[in-house]
Amino acid sequence: MTDPTIEIKVCLGTSGKASGGEDVLRAFKKFIQESGIEARVGSRCSYKTVGCRGFCSKDVLVDVIVNDQKTTYQSVKPIMVEKIVTDHILNGNPVPQWTATEDYDSFHDKQYKIVLGPCGEISPDSLDDYLKINGYKAARKAVTKMLPDDVISVVINSGLRGRGGSGFLTGKKWELCRKQPENPHYIICNVGEVNRALAEGNPHAIIEGLLIGGYAIGAEKGYLYIRERYHISVERLRTAIIQAKEKGFLGTNIFGSDFSFDIEFSFGTEAFICGEETALMESIEGKRAMPRPRPPFPAIKGLWGKPTVINNAETFSNIPMIVGKGAEWFSSIGTEKSKGTKVFTLTGKVKNNGLVEIPMGMSLRDIVYGIGGGIEGGKELKAVQVGGPSGGLIPMSMINMGLDYESLSKVGSIVGSGGMVVFDEEDCIVSVARFFLEFLQRESCGKCTPCRVGTKRMLELLTKITEGKGEETDLARLDRLSAIMSVSSLCGLGRTAPNPFITSFNHFKSEYLAHIRDRKCPAGVCKALITFSIIEELCKGCGLCKRKCPTKAITGEVKKPHILDADSCIKCGACYKACKFKAIKKV
Amino acid sequence: MEQDKILLKILRDHRENNRNLIHLLEKIQDAYGYIPEDTVYWFSGKLDIPASKFYGIITFYPKFRLNPTGKNTITVCCGAACHIKGADKILEKIRETLSLKDEEDTTSNLLFTVQQATCIGACSIAPVVILNDQVHGNTDSDKVVKLLKGFEKEDEFIGYI
Repeated sequence: MTDPTIEIKVCLGTSGKASGGEDVLRAFKKFIQESGIEARVGSRCSYKTVGCRGFCSKDVLVDVIVNDQKTTYQSVKPIMVEKIVTDHILNGNPVPQWTATEDYDSFHDKQYKIVLGPCGEISPDSLDDYLKINGYKAARKAVTKMLPDDVISVVINSGLRGRGGSGFLTGKKWELCRKQPENPHYIICNVGEVNRALAEGNPHAIIEGLLIGGYAIGAEKGYLYIRERYHISVERLRTAIIQAKEKGFLGTNIFGSDFSFDIEFSFGTEAFICGEETALMESIEGKRAMPRPRPPFPAIKGLWGKPTVINNAETFSNIPMIVGKGAEWFSSIGTEKSKGTKVFTLTGKVKNNGLVEIPMGMSLRDIVYGIGGGIEGGKELKAVQVGGPSGGLIPMSMINMGLDYESLSKVGSIVGSGGMVVFDEEDCIVSVARFFLEFLQRESCGKCTPCRVGTKRMLELLTKITEGKGEETDLARLDRLSAIMSVSSLCGLGRTAPNPFITSFNHFKSEYLAHIRDRKCPAGVCKALITFSIIEELCKGCGLCKRKCPTKAITGEVKKPHILDADSCIKCGACYKACKFKAIKKV
Repeated sequence: MEQDKILLKILRDHRENNRNLIHLLEKIQDAYGYIPEDTVYWFSGKLDIPASKFYGIITFYPKFRLNPTGKNTITVCCGAACHIKGADKILEKIRETLSLKDEEDTTSNLLFTVQQATCIGACSIAPVVILNDQVHGNTDSDKVVKLLKGFEKEDEFIGYI
């Protein structure tokens, strides 16, 4: 019998690291070294740090691969390492109680991974790993065997639409830019928060996509626009660029052709508005990130007034696959008008949180209940916010709708950044809408009046309602403001800012009215509209609530029903959470 | 004297590499941890650019600060996912524990600065708190307070919650 080959893969994306992934990796190395096992398996044991594989709620995820037999362990802590190594690696018996559960399988089985596929499998710091999965073959094919116009027609025929904002056809954008006689042309990749996993898990795909894009539109310079705060992403992209340069994939005379291309970082700042393409360009130019009026479109007059293409990292990650496998392959996935897949961050009150990639058109139900495993704690789903802060709330009654550009826009939502937040019966819809408006008001750049003043007034009105001071005329005011903002704002931020209100009001009108007419918050969230009291018959007098109360509003003797003083209660809910006998009433 | 050296170095880099104002302000903030107002006027004079241009950028981007930062920075993510999992309560608790008043974001002994972040993209482990660049997921008020208490002895962050 030959000795086994052993590979240990540890997830070290943002979440993997936050959950102590580095300690786990260290523990594996240390134990294997110190216990003398290394002498027995050392030369055949390799470690690999991989990027995020999406299922972050069960981090740290570790793959132990013995002779190509992969076993995935979840929620691994350094203390578990010894047993895994002894039982599994030495004696060939995986530790069943720690291996990934059904959730892990159902989480992955229903997904369709194009861009996320290599994430979590290959080492992001290794160019060889990327080359092994046919990396840079598409770029080589494009640069050496195809004309720029051919590349563009492949991208147009694939039906790929921008994965960031409005969903414009990527190939059309490229074509328009290519046609501009003015030189130079620029190409920019925006690495936003949802794209982090791509940069952390498979940075070379972004570089390759950008390279192909640069060739197609006739640009010699590409920018990676990313927040400096995303340290892991920045480091991995930086390493990828250096490796690509060493191999001659970036620089002059790429693949022996006369095409030259270089990539530079542009560090963005923490501002939501920088996701808007013209604002992003202003920021690269060193100015306040305020959107420009359009037309002229960036493809005609963009960065430094030159023709520019901006796409986000997810769009670029799709490009190598499209050029490599062909337009037909890509357009066979998805719906009639929305092709390919989309990455969503599934989060909120759903059991399996994480990053998911689904074919366009998959139903919301399949995502929340199939991939997400349903609602935490067996509660009722109330609504799902799709598309980030300025997306729309989709109620439980519409859960069977498929997700693509058209159907989302029909219900007043957007694909947007791909955020997907699940709310349950304990979330108050009015305060959810207020929360999003508060965010958008803060992030409004202030350039155009409808957005600057509109978001402020909408926030004031929604705050008034959550504070129990709302009047029915406020709803008409909100409606009118929404209508004005959505048509007259300068950029997408202002135009979509009323979405959370419009959609929530359409589907949850009664909840708004309960706040206004009955001065009640049905979900029990709005502090001004709820009161806490102790149900005498149920209180056992354990004293737990008394100890938890930060304002000493609860008094009482041990083993006797306690009393809650409503005047000194700050409605923090600590007693409600602490009580084991359901003796605290919230109305 | 020392200050002049730093500023001259930044100025030289700015001129030689044809940098923009955001980059210049980043360099100042890297050197001092914030943007001292006298440096704004110093550069304004040297570059012949009105100070208002500088302030326009400083006050637009939340990352620029006009006040000193504490030795440790604790950032609470207040994106949507973190919000519905109680980020506001965590923030409130931190501010209360550090006895910060209304507009203050830094403790008077300059040990802590408290910041809010918009989504940092780690929604699956919400709520998230970032302590000196180290990301902590699935936190709650109690865990964060425990973390802050640990500091009182050590003065600087040393490990996980």
